[in-house]
Amino acid sequence: MKNLVKKLLKEIRQTVVVSVVLMVVCGLVFPCLLTGMANLIFPDQAKGNLIAVNNQIVGAENVGQEFTEDYYMWSRPSAYHYNVYIEKEGKQYYNDGTEFAGLGSGSNNYAPSNPALAERVEADLKTFLEKNPEVKREDIPTDLLTASGSGLDPHISPESAEIQIPRIAEASGLSEDKIRKFVADNTTEKILGIFGERKVNVLKVNIEIAQELDLI
Amino acid sequence: MLQILFTILIYLILVIPVGSYVYHIAAGKHTFADPVFNHIDSAIYKIGGVNSNNGMNWKKYALSLLMTNGVMIFLGYIILRIQSIDFFNPNGIEAMEESLSFNTIISFMTNTNLQHYSGESGLSYLSQMLVIIFMMFVSAASGYAACIAFIRGLAGKSKDNVGNFFVDLVRITTRVLLPISIIGGLLLVWQGVPQNLSENVVVDTIEGTKQVIAQGPVAALEIIKHLGTNGGGFLGANSSTPIENPTIISDLIELYSMMLLPGACVITFGKMVRDRKQSKLVEDIGKTENMISKSRKTRKSLTVWMYGREGRSIFAAMGIIFLIGLSVCFWAETQGNPALAHIGLSQSMGSMEGKEVRFGIAQSVMFTTTTTSFTTGTINNMHDTLTPLGGMIPMLHMMLNVVFGGKGVGLMNMIMYAILAVFICGLMIGRTPEYLGKKIEGREMKLTALCIIIHPLLILGFSALAVGTQAGMEGITNPGFHGLSQVLYEYASSAANNGSGFEGLADNTLFWNITTGLAMFFGRYISIVIQLAIAGSLMKKRFVNESTGTLHTDTFSFAIILVFVVYIFAALTFFPVLALGPIAEHLTLWA
Repeated sequence: MKNLVKKLLKEIRQTVVVSVVLMVVCGLVFPCLLTGMANLIFPDQAKGNLIAVNNQIVGAENVGQEFTEDYYMWSRPSAYHYNVYIEKEGKQYYNDGTEFAGLGSGSNNYAPSNPALAERVEADLKTFLEKNPEVKREDIPTDLLTASGSGLDPHISPESAEIQIPRIAEASGLSEDKIRKFVADNTTEKILGIFGERKVNVLKVNIEIAQELDLI
Repeated sequence: MLQILFTILIYLILVIPVGSYVYHIAAGKHTFADPVFNHIDSAIYKIGGVNSNNGMNWKKYALSLLMTNGVMIFLGYIILRIQSIDFFNPNGIEAMEESLSFNTIISFMTNTNLQHYSGESGLSYLSQMLVIIFMMFVSAASGYAACIAFIRGLAGKSKDNVGNFFVDLVRITTRVLLPISIIGGLLLVWQGVPQNLSENVVVDTIEGTKQVIAQGPVAALEIIKHLGTNGGGFLGANSSTPIENPTIISDLIELYSMMLLPGACVITFGKMVRDRKQSKLVEDIGKTENMISKSRKTRKSLTVWMYGREGRSIFAAMGIIFLIGLSVCFWAETQGNPALAHIGLSQSMGSMEGKEVRFGIAQSVMFTTTTTSFTTGTINNMHDTLTPLGGMIPMLHMMLNVVFGGKGVGLMNMIMYAILAVFICGLMIGRTPEYLGKKIEGREMKLTALCIIIHPLLILGFSALAVGTQAGMEGITNPGFHGLSQVLYEYASSAANNGSGFEGLADNTLFWNITTGLAMFFGRYISIVIQLAIAGSLMKKRFVNESTGTLHTDTFSFAIILVFVVYIFAALTFFPVLALGPIAEHLTLWA
């Protein structure tokens, strides 16, 4: 009997100690070790690839932003408005006036058959056509008016960039060729011509536009 | 299309060396890294009082697994409840509520990673590390340990020793998961995944607004999330966010890290079973000319050398189902959404709602099919917004739960179907069925049937409960047939320990937290215990000699039979609900 209890206690001890040791190794040592190594080898990336203009951080390379001005390139719709907000009287609001929900990510999760999806796209289509009178409805690329999965997509397709160029040129006073060059500068090709898609980083294009216009 | 082919091709090349390495670890063979790891492991054994030479029978092995997981659940639950303390908590996150903590801790211990919280606002860095990252390692290691014990049982080198659970747990963690995580984690940081312990950054944008950007130890979580086929994201939108998955290269790293180990398990299985056959062949080698030519034949075939004879047919069957699913999903997504085409939005790029531009249709579909086949549950696009048939594929693959499957469990489930296939074939030709040289008899068949029936029972039973009660119906957010798909997907994902979701579902309620928690718990542990019991029962049997009437299970035709058995059982079980959910939605959308 005594032996049995002793054996049982030994097994419980084994279970608990192994669990705690693994918890420390996997949950504390590993992430801290990786943090140290990452900050040593890739310091910029480890801090989140933040972009600074004139020593002022204006965003992150990999995180999209919402733009509303006609002279900037627009991103895709986002359920979380890219976590972009304005502060008014101590409260925080999204650009469209609704209350800021706090840091988040995701989409509206509208099923393809959900009427709310068609309504949202229809409303965005109308606004887009009003602001871009030269554009024909059927020429608008699919990605520009559909929301991304993360709500933080930093990219649009080169076609979606091209279709906005006349509007940006008119609103900013810059030549179309100049804007086209900004777009080309910030277009990434497929890796090895095979993997991924061609895409344009919206924030980086807009920073170049802003610098050209002396806004920052 | 081309990039999908190349992606798969690279996988088929990568999986072979990894499979060989895992086999060496599982079989306790010498590897190049032993001088380092032997020291680490023996230190852990010493602290824990583990005697690494003590073998266990299947009952003790299963009990050790359950007890260890129990202790870990307890530790994790406490941390979630006290995470508001000012330790690794720069963003001032509050403690987690009880039913959500229950759901979260079961979810991560069972390797499901269903998330009813959002990482940005729900967890402090302390919890992300000490609970989430920790559990991602040990739940994966527990699954692989169970799988290795199961294979040892089938390989039948001894009558009752399936190995020592603690040794397997530690060896898999230190020799497979940790080293790959460090290398892979650094590669992810190189691509731009943050890895720091600072608070979230608020920036002033060039339009004069403010933006808040998430920070944290993301890369560390990201790599083990995929490697351990866990799937729970650091952020709410998981690997679709450019923070967790910024480039196509990071996407491929994440894709391969979730595909490699489950594939490697099949190879390990093939090689460990082959060991037994080869040693037997060597014994008999002098006796008959026939045997020698047979062993030469074994050497010759390249695929046999890579996957092992029995592993090859299982791998082929899984591969066929995977490719069929991938093709259907790809076709469905490229068709676009007729409802949007109707209001005049061009669908030439396919259905882009819920997808990221940098991944496009091809890599989104690849990721979706992989994450549900390999039961990871990570997502790089929103599954709720997939087209009806495109969304049916991930759901179906979780219902099957045999297409590679995560952390070894998929292989164990596939073996269940293999036993079933052998049994059905045996009935057709009127012989006692055999698998891997053992007779399959009443006890094994009863356990197999039980194991196969539990999965649909959990999915369909809980779905019926959800659509039958007010509390369940309140979670549904999309109207029409898609609402049923949301419910089905949630329970399929729970029972298969996958963890992805049709995320529109409003699932952080008492009802959904408890029911999915139970589905995950039973889905995981009942199957593991039954499967170990089957292995334990087969071990005790004598090997039977091959005769002319023996059904060969190492052939391509057996792989085809296996595919049909899996599909027939899936159709019998799940076709009615699939017809009411995704298929009905497809028909109305395209009508």
